[in-house]
Amino acid sequence: MAQVTIEHLGKTFSEGTEAVRDLSLEIGDGELVVLVGPSGCGKTTTLRMVAGLEETTSGTITIGDRVVNHLPPRERDIAMVFQNYALYPHKTVYENLAFPLKLRRLSKPEIDDRVRRSARLLGLEDLLGRKPRQLSGGQRQRVAMGRAIVREPQAFLMDEPLSNLDAKLRTQMRAEIHRLQRELQATTIYVTHDQVEAMTLGDRVALLRKGELQQMATPQELYDKPTNVFVAGFIGSPAMNFVGAELGRRDGHLEVTFGQQSLRLHESEARPGLEAYIGRRCVLGIRPEHLEDAALESGAPADRRFRGKVEVREGLGSEVVVHFQVEAPPTLTEDVRELALDVDAAALADLEREQQLHETVFVGRFGASTKAAEGDAVEVVAEHGALHFFDAESGRRISL
Amino acid sequence: MAAVGARARKPRPSGAERMILGRRLRVEGVLRFAFIGLFLLFLLGPLYWVFVTSIKPVADYQTVPPVWFPDSPTSIHFSAALNDLRGWTGLKNSAIVAGIVTVVSVLVGTAAAYSMARFRTGGKNLAFWVLSQRIMPPIAVVIPIFLIYRELDLIDNRFGLAALYVVFTLPFSIWMMYTYFRQMPVELEEAALVDGCTRWQALWKVAWPLAAPGIVSAAAFAFVFSWTEFLFALVLTSNEAVTVPVVISQFLAFQAAQFGESSALSLCAMVPALFLGFLVQKHLVRGLTLGAVQG
Repeated sequence: MAQVTIEHLGKTFSEGTEAVRDLSLEIGDGELVVLVGPSGCGKTTTLRMVAGLEETTSGTITIGDRVVNHLPPRERDIAMVFQNYALYPHKTVYENLAFPLKLRRLSKPEIDDRVRRSARLLGLEDLLGRKPRQLSGGQRQRVAMGRAIVREPQAFLMDEPLSNLDAKLRTQMRAEIHRLQRELQATTIYVTHDQVEAMTLGDRVALLRKGELQQMATPQELYDKPTNVFVAGFIGSPAMNFVGAELGRRDGHLEVTFGQQSLRLHESEARPGLEAYIGRRCVLGIRPEHLEDAALESGAPADRRFRGKVEVREGLGSEVVVHFQVEAPPTLTEDVRELALDVDAAALADLEREQQLHETVFVGRFGASTKAAEGDAVEVVAEHGALHFFDAESGRRISL
Repeated sequence: MAAVGARARKPRPSGAERMILGRRLRVEGVLRFAFIGLFLLFLLGPLYWVFVTSIKPVADYQTVPPVWFPDSPTSIHFSAALNDLRGWTGLKNSAIVAGIVTVVSVLVGTAAAYSMARFRTGGKNLAFWVLSQRIMPPIAVVIPIFLIYRELDLIDNRFGLAALYVVFTLPFSIWMMYTYFRQMPVELEEAALVDGCTRWQALWKVAWPLAAPGIVSAAAFAFVFSWTEFLFALVLTSNEAVTVPVVISQFLAFQAAQFGESSALSLCAMVPALFLGFLVQKHLVRGLTLGAVQG
């Protein structure tokens, strides 16, 4: 296995679309890096450039210690798993696995040995004589994995390999890929639009937007310290709540005000960088899991509470997801618009309507015993460390 | 459960109803078989007549009432048609011409179609332009082509004739293969490229086998077209390069129509085409790409 380095990579298609812009990534030996982002963010294009299926416009790609920019795919020594598996329908499972080895002119016994070893690793031994059309979706997925593994390549490239499976199977195969990757110590670039996959699989996650890298970090860091509104909104489900707010100071403490309500900043949230924003507009972000029904947290201080009106209550058994309205203008930065649009055009329309009404819908994940009912007023507590602040103009995290 | 209950409650037909039902079924059956019988007669009748004429003695050709089957069948027409009247020459020329046309048309057609489907060669319009070449009635170009061929010294030349047939069959081959390659998931070849194939290997080892039904259709079309083409063969060949249809037509001269000989040779000419038909049938049915990809 080898290290993969991408430096200042750029791709402009012939019709003028700029799919990837100045992208630099380093994937360590044996590391699994996930490229994630909304559709059209350039993640698949990047992967295809690494594979050699797409030419680069600028920048260099290095696999091991070879610059591979101008090498055809077959000379790059990489294996790829495609979204639709791309198994050769006229070949049996055995022949599918043996095909890349035959092309490398390995001896018959060696091919047989490697094919059977991979088949054993993936539980495909009984299926070797079948044609792809006689396999279930999950089995096809395994064969596709097998065809990659059998090669023992420098790196694995996976293009949304699980998106064609149903939810249950996806969870199972996700764990399987995780196990295999650890076992083989395989350098892997994994493309997905599913942030849960990104968070669970990736040693590190690179979040792309419109062909530009937003942040590359461990899943935990991505969650704790999103570099901007876009990252904050993309990672986490349900997504982070955003509201237009203003920073101020009262009794020597920093305080954030949205609409008519204020929250005092906890020590863990009061960064020096915020001082510069006093009296200025900013974006306040709070994750749903950091909100709790105040009725369930009687000890919570009054300056960490705010009120809203319950719109929707979704009981999940273990918790209750509550959508509630707060009188304050939502933020409609470019990031937020794009995030909404990634969900659905209607989601963006909703946001725009809310802005006109001067209302923001928050989502909170409350304890299962909450009594909050649709139409009721509800008092909500923000946990310590829950408040994230972003620059209203650039959307960048206010750090330091 | 509900469905079962409903079925159980449905009253059984009374005796009278059953009879009506039965009669209607019988009438339908009779009509269907009558229709199928007529259709078969329409299709097979002429074939039978060709066969029976080929083994009739000369005296039985045009009797009234017709001779449905001769009392003393003869094979004399076969030997006359094949040996004395250039039948073998015609068959041999036809086989050579049709063979060349089939191979060239499929190879060139596949390459062109692959290029158009995968690399967008010729943009959006080339594929349709290629197909539009079939819109022109061939007879419109008989005279210009005769003149050109005379200049090029290609008259009565098997290769000249084959080249012309390739021109005529190529649009169909290209179009046929183009649609096949277009509907074939491009990831299959990309997987092949990553697995270690060159472009040509990807075409040869992956795309080509999957396009087999299309290739077979295109080949069958090219073969049958060249095997049966009459107009250009008549104009462009005279002696050396005559094909079967031309030879057969020469049996029906002004003075004496050699019905037996022409039937015998027709029968011989039908065999390869018929054989091909059976071969092709099997391949045309199945879509090979089934199961290649998910979703």
